[in-house]
Amino acid sequence: MRDITLGQYINGDSVIHRLDPRVRLILTLAYIVILFMFNTLLQMVLALVMILLAYALVKIPVKMLLKSLKPIIPIILFTSVLNMFFIKGDVVFSFWKIAVTKQGLYYAAMMSLRVICLLAGSSLLTYTSTPIQLTSALESLFKPLSKLGLPVNDLAMMMTIALRFIPTLLEETDKIMAAQKSRGANLDTGNFIQRAKALTPILIPLFVSAFRRADELALAMECRCYNGGEGRTRLNALKIRRLDYIAVAVFTVCCVLLFMAGRLAV
Amino acid sequence: MSTLRLDNVGFTYQKGMPDEKTAVSGVSLTFEEGDFVGIIGHTGSGKSTLIQMLNGLLKPTTGSVYIDGDDIWDDKSKLREKRFKVGLVLQYPEYQLFEETVRKDIAFGPKNLGLSDEEIDSRVREAAGFLRIPEKLLDRSPFDLSGGEKRRAAIAGVLAMRPEVLVLDEPTAGLDPRGRRDILDVIKNYHEAEKKTVILVSHSMDDVARYANKVLVMNNGTLLYYDSVGEVFKHALELRETGLNIPTVTGILLTLRERGLDVDTDIYTPAAAAQTITDAFRGISG
Repeated sequence: MRDITLGQYINGDSVIHRLDPRVRLILTLAYIVILFMFNTLLQMVLALVMILLAYALVKIPVKMLLKSLKPIIPIILFTSVLNMFFIKGDVVFSFWKIAVTKQGLYYAAMMSLRVICLLAGSSLLTYTSTPIQLTSALESLFKPLSKLGLPVNDLAMMMTIALRFIPTLLEETDKIMAAQKSRGANLDTGNFIQRAKALTPILIPLFVSAFRRADELALAMECRCYNGGEGRTRLNALKIRRLDYIAVAVFTVCCVLLFMAGRLAV
Repeated sequence: MSTLRLDNVGFTYQKGMPDEKTAVSGVSLTFEEGDFVGIIGHTGSGKSTLIQMLNGLLKPTTGSVYIDGDDIWDDKSKLREKRFKVGLVLQYPEYQLFEETVRKDIAFGPKNLGLSDEEIDSRVREAAGFLRIPEKLLDRSPFDLSGGEKRRAAIAGVLAMRPEVLVLDEPTAGLDPRGRRDILDVIKNYHEAEKKTVILVSHSMDDVARYANKVLVMNNGTLLYYDSVGEVFKHALELRETGLNIPTVTGILLTLRERGLDVDTDIYTPAAAAQTITDAFRGISG
């Protein structure tokens, strides 16, 4: 349970850490959008180089990135294999009824790179942003919607709390599992139904404790006079600075270059 | 005869990763049958990691744990069987309660042992008896009980499995003084009645001095002392230097000696302390 690296924040003081979280969020979204607009292999390779350069800036070890890629290897393999076999075109080699085509290989490589870039890009966001930064960025970006009656502040608070309790609940699950295993609970063997049943002794205490924590937290918040997000100010107000403008400019230039590279390749 | 032996046991979290952390290293010792052992140490001294290796919840990264001479990790298919010999009560055990009634919850362990219904019923009664849980509570929902009752119900759930060795990780954490006394008395009674090994992790030196006959002191993941209560508290000064508490009585006697009163400081019970203080004063006046 502890090996989940996606969504984990790594403390640091890199250029990317110092950006305004809103800028980080928007640039990540823009990066994801352009990944889907690219349609040549050259562009994909360049997009990968781009994200790797960003990782180099943050000084996150490649080992860590590889570890977070591990769980999606089956997805990459699956899509590659499908692409390889089912796209018609110039046959490179074939056996029995299956033919591998040049176009198939091309698309397989592109899809894999796209998935890797997607994951690397979104991981970079969570590696460099604390959950609090992310929610305040979202809150600030969605602010205009509060005019339409959407409770933006409350939603942001809910998200902050939810993110805050993920590690707590994981730890709790570990403890409850240890306790029930000590009482002879058999969690690892049996067929699907037996295994689902074996989860009851884990899930019930987990839910009970989640509700207990929610109660306690609500009480603590009320004691400190929390009454909704209206009119609340922040300790660290978000502010766009020169560094953010530079980052956006650099990103835009890179994107334009990548689009031009696509033209060249055709 | 049932003994639990540790041979050069060590445990490292996140082994091989940049953030690896050694919690326990090079611990070798034997828990003899019938002993009441108190384990003490700071937060982070490796106590909890150590006891989770005793019933195979954690696999030691070095060394082995033997129950009755068998390495518990020798044959993974028999691990569950061996785990039943060591009953582990983790911290805040009331968070493990999940059944509709207290009776069913206590029966969860015995049921996993595959016992007959009559046998399960008699074990539930026996365990409830040890923990002083009245019959009328057995058919209530465990979530309706008070904090202390919940804790006793959870401990009963482990006792009902009749483990050869009972391990408790801070069973009194978060209870009021009376609740603490109740739980510890229950454990003491169980130990005297069954003559089975009890291992008690505690922060309180006074509790250990009062209930245990042997003390195991952990410091920075290594074994500092493992001996009879009297022998270990002879090192009261060293214990105090490593920042550990010593029994209140021993602390008072050490202060008296520093102030020039000739008292015996290897003492950890109030009665013996009263005796040595009286003797010291007699010596002065006589």
